[in-house]
This record gives sequence, structure tokens and C-alpha cells, in this order.
Amino acid sequence: MSQAIEKDNLTVIVNESKFKDSYIDRDKAHNRAKRRVIFSKAANILFSLTIIFALSVLALLLIQIIQKSIGWLDWQFLISKLSIRAEKAGILGVIIGSVLLIVVVAPVTLFIGIATAIYLEEYSKKGRIQSLIMTNISNLSSVPSVIFGMLGLTVFGRLFGLKASILAGGLTLSLLVLPIIIVACQEAIKAVPKNLKEASYGLGASKWTTVRKVVLPTALPGIMTGCILALSRAIGETAPLVVLGIPTLILKLPTGLMDDFTALPIQIYYWTLDTVLTKEYANLAAATIVVLLTLLFLMNSIAIFIRNKYQRRY
Amino acid sequence: MIKIKNLIKKQKNKHLIVEKGVSTTLLIIASISILASIGIVLTLLIDSVNFFKEVPLSQVFSTKLAPLKAKDPSFGFLPLIVGTFTTSIIAMIVAVPIGLGAAMFISEFASKKVRKIVKPILEVLAGIPTIVYGFFAYSFVTPLLMKIIPELGSKNALSPGIVMGIMIIPIVTSLSEDAMNAVPSSLREGAYGLGSTKLEVSTKVIIPAAISGIMASFVLALSRAIGETMIVTIASGSSKKFTLDITQSMQTMTSYIVEFTSGDAGSGTVGYYSLYAVGLILFIFTMLMNMLVKYITKKYRREY
Repeated sequence: MSQAIEKDNLTVIVNESKFKDSYIDRDKAHNRAKRRVIFSKAANILFSLTIIFALSVLALLLIQIIQKSIGWLDWQFLISKLSIRAEKAGILGVIIGSVLLIVVVAPVTLFIGIATAIYLEEYSKKGRIQSLIMTNISNLSSVPSVIFGMLGLTVFGRLFGLKASILAGGLTLSLLVLPIIIVACQEAIKAVPKNLKEASYGLGASKWTTVRKVVLPTALPGIMTGCILALSRAIGETAPLVVLGIPTLILKLPTGLMDDFTALPIQIYYWTLDTVLTKEYANLAAATIVVLLTLLFLMNSIAIFIRNKYQRRY
Repeated sequence: MIKIKNLIKKQKNKHLIVEKGVSTTLLIIASISILASIGIVLTLLIDSVNFFKEVPLSQVFSTKLAPLKAKDPSFGFLPLIVGTFTTSIIAMIVAVPIGLGAAMFISEFASKKVRKIVKPILEVLAGIPTIVYGFFAYSFVTPLLMKIIPELGSKNALSPGIVMGIMIIPIVTSLSEDAMNAVPSSLREGAYGLGSTKLEVSTKVIIPAAISGIMASFVLALSRAIGETMIVTIASGSSKKFTLDITQSMQTMTSYIVEFTSGDAGSGTVGYYSLYAVGLILFIFTMLMNMLVKYITKKYRREY
């Protein structure tokens, strides 16, 4: 649209410059307009370069990581245990660790997140308590993840005596992603059209019945999408787990929630640090990154799929 | 008739009890998030108090940091604070022009079609875990920079700063773009109607109108950079020297915390408590940023 205006601008000025008897210097005005348009076009190119920059960084990052992982990422790598020797090392235990983490994080955050969102959207009256919780959530979401790690270390690790177990790590990550999940659930619940709720009330249903039978089922796709995205954040989070003090090399596979463990991002961290000792560790780290990114890609695809398939607009 | 009335009343009472119960239960669950905040503040405060009892403030704000010395350790946090801000400022130098340029492009210059392709790219960039960026900084950007600047150390502040900048570009872009989108199109059309070019509209109309959102996006991005851990831990190393030389290793507050919790200091020592003091300083910085964002959006917000 504006393109057309710019062009019109030019043509108008060009046409008018034929009238010689006017006291405005048409050529000058014409040149000036031309210059302004050229500036604007140059800015357009300059700004599009920023996008190209972002795109090329992304491409570079992926290419570089995939290049390093070639030859290292095979079936054997996925199903064998960790080892000091690079060529024998595999990440089965690491994958199990990450999965078990999600087993802890998912139910805890879902439960607390949905309940909090229902409270904020349906039950609480506008007032002190509501604004207190809302401000608190927004503050919590801006706390650096490493500080959540310190909370986990102090409270779950030492006070509750969970040490660096999967349970401690999972609870720490749960608190970390809680604000994201609450906000996502709130958005989903907000999107439930009012007339559905009012129809339910009109039929004599109580608030709780309405929430259970109308609001939650309608908001479910949105809630699921938000939760999957939040979980993918939890899977990639490293700092809180490192702060918890996960041991460097765990050769045993974790079997329960109280076991020591290591997860994908932590293993990437340790291998990256140890590239100084063994060069091949960089390849192992790259291969693990490919696994992690694939996992995240899958989770995001599922979230987008759910959003497109089940989310209805009212 | 009375029987039915009683029945209804009974049913109603039952409902009321259920409603009350549900409401209270939900409130209790909702306060867990508040508990988390209280937990964070208490955790940081209690052990920080222990630290500040033993280490005088004059030492805390000195430049000598030697926490692991067996004899006479020193806890001057200035090197950490300088390291944190140096890397963050490098990140902002990268992120602000690129992020803002991208936001202007998406919001004002790009066609709908281009916008549809470009936005997901930025979302992907935002979804990459920081540990991956850390690996990228250490194993790709640093060697690349070494070819340009030969005296660059294998651990340095420049490379993680740049990569951190790339990491926060999506934050700047998406928040600024939201602010620009919120500018009513009547302003835009008015400027176009007067014969402005796209560049003039964006710099003279859109940016002034959206300035509060844009500033907020900068502050938020800075706060993310300050709290960022893995990139700096991996690529900037743990030199505790007080330096402003970005080609050398610098330790940030976050990487100090990581280094110390990885088991170097036993519980109960001053070194262990220092961790919480650093955490507290970091927490205060990010909270201040958060408040600044709220202040900016409140003060400079214009309703149209």
C-alpha cells in the first residue's frame, strides 16, 4: 500500500515539474523527493539485512553442530552408556535422565499451573490477592535460572535431603517453568468465550461444575500447547541443574526418582568443558546437541499440531 | 412443595460447601508461586547475612577476588560485577541495532508474506537452549574471532558477549515489534498521507509512539543478559582478575555461582556463603531491572 503511495508521490512530483512558471524549483523538489525515497529503500535493505544476519547465524549454528556430530551420532551412541573413552560413550543414561526429569516436572507444573490459572481467572475477585499473585508471577519469571538452582540446592537438596536426585532437579525445574505455564493456562482460559460459560450458568450449573465441564475442556488444547512449550524450556535448561551439583560422570543408569542422574544439557556442558582434555568430546557434545534439538523440535511440532488441530476460534 | 424447596436448599448448601472448598484449595495452590518467591528471598538472605557478618563491605566492593586461597581469602566482587556488565554491554551492542532493525523491518517494511516467514525464524532462535549457544560460542565463535584478533584468549569476554547478543535479539525484536504494532494505524496513515516515506514514518512516527515498549524491551533483554549463565560459564572462563580487557577471560556473577556450587567449597565456609551474597546481588540487579521496566511502561505509556 505504502509502496503505491511512494510511487504516486514520485509521479505526482514528476508530472508537476512540467509547469515551468511556478515559483517552486520543481527540479529541486523532485531531487529531494527522490533522495528521500532512496533513503527509505536503503533502510529497507539495511533492515532486511538484520533478518538475513539472524537467519545466517541460525544456519551457521546448525550446520556447524551437525558437521561435528557426523560420524558420532549413530544408533550405538543412543543406546550405550557413558564412558570416559569418547569412541565408546553413549547417552542412554542421559536420555533416561531427561525423560525422568519430565516425568517429575510435567505433573507438578500442570497441576499447580492449571489450578493457579483457574483461581486467577475464575475465582479470585479483582483485588489485593489477585494482583499480589500476578505481580509475583511476573517477578518470578524474570529471576535468573541460576538463582532457581540455588533455591533448589538449598531447599530441595540440603533442607529436604534430596541431594542431586532426579526429584530435586525436577522440582527445581518445576518452579522455574511455573510462571510460563501459569501464564499459558491463563491465556487459554481467558480465550474461552463468555457465552459458553453463561449458558452453563443459565442451566443452573455451579461455578465448579462450569469450570470442570465447560471451561477446562474448551481450554484444554491451549493449555496443552502452553505446557508442551514450557516443558521444552525445562528440557533445555542447564544452569539450575549444574548448580544442584550433578556429578560429572555417572555410569549407572538411573532407575528411580531418587537416583543421581545427568540430563542432556548437563552432559553437553561437561563434554564442552572437557574438550580441553579430549578433543573428541566436542563431537560428543555436538551429537548430544543434535539429539536435544531434535527432541525440542518434536515437542514444538506436537504443540503446533495440537494448536492447529484442536484449537477452535469462537 | 415444601419438600422440594428443602431439597433445593439442601442441594444449594451442598454446592456452596463445595464451592467454598474448591475456592480455598485453589487459593492455597495458587500461593505456591508466592512461596517460591519467599523461598528465593529467604535462601539468599539467610546465608548472605552469614557472609556479610564475616566480610566487611569495604572488602566486598574491592577488586581483589581470591575466594579459594587457604590463607586469608579475599572476597571483592567488583571483578564479577564488571565482568557481568562488560559481557552484557557487548551483548546489547549486538542486540539493540539488529533487534530494533529487525523489529522495524517486520512491523513497517515487510509484506505480510515475508512477515510470515521471518517471525518463525526468530522464534526458533529464541527456542534454542542457552547451552547450545554456549557450545557455539566456545567451539565456533571464539576460534573465528581468534583469526581476526590474534591475542584473543581461548576464554574471553568478547565471544560470549556477542553470542549472548544473538541470543537476546529475539527478545528485543518481538517486544519492540509488539509495541510498534500497537501504534494505531491512523497515525501511520496520517504520515503517509502527508507524503512521508516508510523510513520517515518509522523513525519519526512509529518509534516515538512506541518508545516505552522499545525501551522496556531493551531493559528486559539486558536483564536476561545479566542473568544468563551457561554461555559465559563455558566461553568466558573463571579468571578472577579485575580487568576491562575484553580479549581476556572474565568471570561473571552467574559463572561464579556455577563454579562454586560445582563442589569447590564445603558447606559452612565463608566461600560457600559468598555464593549466596553473589546470588543476592544478582537478584537485586534483576529485580531493579524488572522495576525499571514497569516504571518505563507505566510512565511513558500513551493511550490512543
